[in-house]
Amino acid sequence: MDYFTELFFSGLTRGSIYALIALGYTMVYGIIGLINFAHGEIYMIGAFTALITSTILNIYGFPLPAIIILTILASAVWASAYGYTVEKLAYQPLRNAPRLSPLISAIGMSIFLQNYVLLAQTSDFLPFPALIPDFKFMEPYAGIIGTSDMIILVTTAVVMLLLTWLIKFTRTGKAMRATAQDQKMAMLVGINVDRVISITFIIGSALAAIGGLLIASHIGQINFYIGFIAGIKAFTAAVLGGIGSIPGAVLGSFILGLTESFATGYVSSDYEDVFAFSLLVLILIFRPSGLLGRATIEKV
Amino acid sequence: MISWKDIYKGLLVSLWFVFLTFPLMVVKVNPIDKTILWRWSNMYWVAAGSFLCYLAMQIYTARKLARQERIKQGLIKEKPKMQLKLLTDPKLYLPSLAVVGLFFLAFPWLFSTYQTNIMITALMYVVLGLGLNIVVGVAGLLDLGYVAFYAVGAYSYALLHLHFGLGFWEVLPIGGLLAACFGILLGFPVLRLRGDYLAIVTLGFGEIIRLILENWNEFSHGPSGISNIPRPGFFGIHLSLEQSIIYLYYLMILMVIFTIFVVNRLQNSRIGRAWFALREDEIACQAMGIDKTRTKLTAFALGAFWAGMVGVIFAAKTTFVNPASFTFLESAIILCIVVLGGMGSIVGVIIAALILILLPEYLRAFSDYRMLVFGAVLVIMMVFRPQGIVANIRRTYTVHKNMAPKNS
Repeated sequence: MDYFTELFFSGLTRGSIYALIALGYTMVYGIIGLINFAHGEIYMIGAFTALITSTILNIYGFPLPAIIILTILASAVWASAYGYTVEKLAYQPLRNAPRLSPLISAIGMSIFLQNYVLLAQTSDFLPFPALIPDFKFMEPYAGIIGTSDMIILVTTAVVMLLLTWLIKFTRTGKAMRATAQDQKMAMLVGINVDRVISITFIIGSALAAIGGLLIASHIGQINFYIGFIAGIKAFTAAVLGGIGSIPGAVLGSFILGLTESFATGYVSSDYEDVFAFSLLVLILIFRPSGLLGRATIEKV
Repeated sequence: MISWKDIYKGLLVSLWFVFLTFPLMVVKVNPIDKTILWRWSNMYWVAAGSFLCYLAMQIYTARKLARQERIKQGLIKEKPKMQLKLLTDPKLYLPSLAVVGLFFLAFPWLFSTYQTNIMITALMYVVLGLGLNIVVGVAGLLDLGYVAFYAVGAYSYALLHLHFGLGFWEVLPIGGLLAACFGILLGFPVLRLRGDYLAIVTLGFGEIIRLILENWNEFSHGPSGISNIPRPGFFGIHLSLEQSIIYLYYLMILMVIFTIFVVNRLQNSRIGRAWFALREDEIACQAMGIDKTRTKLTAFALGAFWAGMVGVIFAAKTTFVNPASFTFLESAIILCIVVLGGMGSIVGVIIAALILILLPEYLRAFSDYRMLVFGAVLVIMMVFRPQGIVANIRRTYTVHKNMAPKNS
């Protein structure tokens, strides 16, 4: 039973990281209908910025709480800046282009950013400092759930609540929902659609950066390639839940995280990804628009 | 032409890029030794580079706008498109076709074996691009896992040779048919899916095939792959390495011609028109009485068939297969060939395949930067020419007023 609980919590941890990245995918998709392939790279850049900031602060002898707060801020700010710039450079000029063009542009951007980090930094795995100390009160549960898993779960929950509040109860959130429903109509009622799209990219990138920071500190090493597989997994999770739907992305991420965790624990870690993708295919056969996605009825 | 306002804005842009690239370009930390390396010179490069790029961009758009304005006012006429003329006027395209054909026939005798080898790879991607073009460009089904069929072809040759000693020529059709079977296998579950759901499922399918090849050691020899695959035989005559490369080159040329012929005939056939209809509007297409299931499945099967055959040739060319050759990046490159070339356009796909494969090869001198440039080229191409290099020209009928029936 203990083994089961351990796997369960490790699945939840995985799921929350996927959720943080998947939200960026699903929000962007909901608004402009684009699979943002460069999103995984934003997550990777967030992790790198966090590594650089925390090492500098550590060398200059800042206290740990200050390091944690400043690192989170720096990685979120720079990842958002990258998200914003990528949108302006590679997607905004393609608003009215054929459907596949932005996708190719996104793939190009992803390759570009990967190699940019490879050249500007290094191709080696870099050790990531453990930012989160082991708390005393967590010791009795150490066999089941570690401190960093706990922190990841709590942070994710807080971030989700904030995001829900933002989308449900603020003017910006209202504008975002309106743009997602109908871009032209939103424009007609005086919403600055370009700004809403930029904000979406900024929020999505900040979430991905926080995800990158958490997972890097949890696993303890990063390199320029981590964005790719995380991006694909998170995208799978977003589609599983029904792309464009925010609760769907979270649900899909947890299902995917748990499936992978149990598959690794009970079957074999080699086939973890096979299970993830087979689950996706199975669910989509029975629910072609994801678990919580609305099946759109096309009217002629 | 450049106003002060532009320069001011350019400075702001370069300031933004300096801020953006600061942590990654300027700072380099070593977390183990706890040392920081500051590379300030990079900052000046970024600032100058982004400033100049911005100004160049401004000049380009200003000139383009001015041109369009003058065309509108009737001061100058729009130039007839060179491309269109080259493709539609038989007086122009027949000689140019002959020149291109002669060039390709003479290629192995003009250039070194190394160059010929690269050209074989490029031609393989031409066929792959044309195959994926059926699925994505013509039938409009976004397939991100095309490389899976390529892998099926390559491994079917490797394994059939290993276990049953079958030769290249026997496996060539078998590999194609096996891949087509896999295409149908993938096609069935995804029939109901649309657009991006289809994309992720095909991506997942590609990854599943690759992961199985990587992990099922008893079946596929795992990550180390299978080596010692024979090159294609030539009526039992022993060929030296150089000769066999030239032989493979001409084989590939034949394959390309065969593919162009078949794809071209297919596009104008009943099934080809059904694919176009499916791409344009699924509902209208069904209303016209086209069997959606069969149309989609044939698109998947035929697309996969070419990938399978090229896979067999790939295995024969490199004499070695392992799962690392069949990653998602490969699928992405083939998809880029199709979209960059212009969806559904055969000439475009051929040109794009040659550019995209030869460009990184000849950029090998700057090998560190080639993938960076590759990514940037994709973005820039899409921003400036989203319809692709050669937009697909569909046969259109125009009715002239003076040609109306007389006895009406």
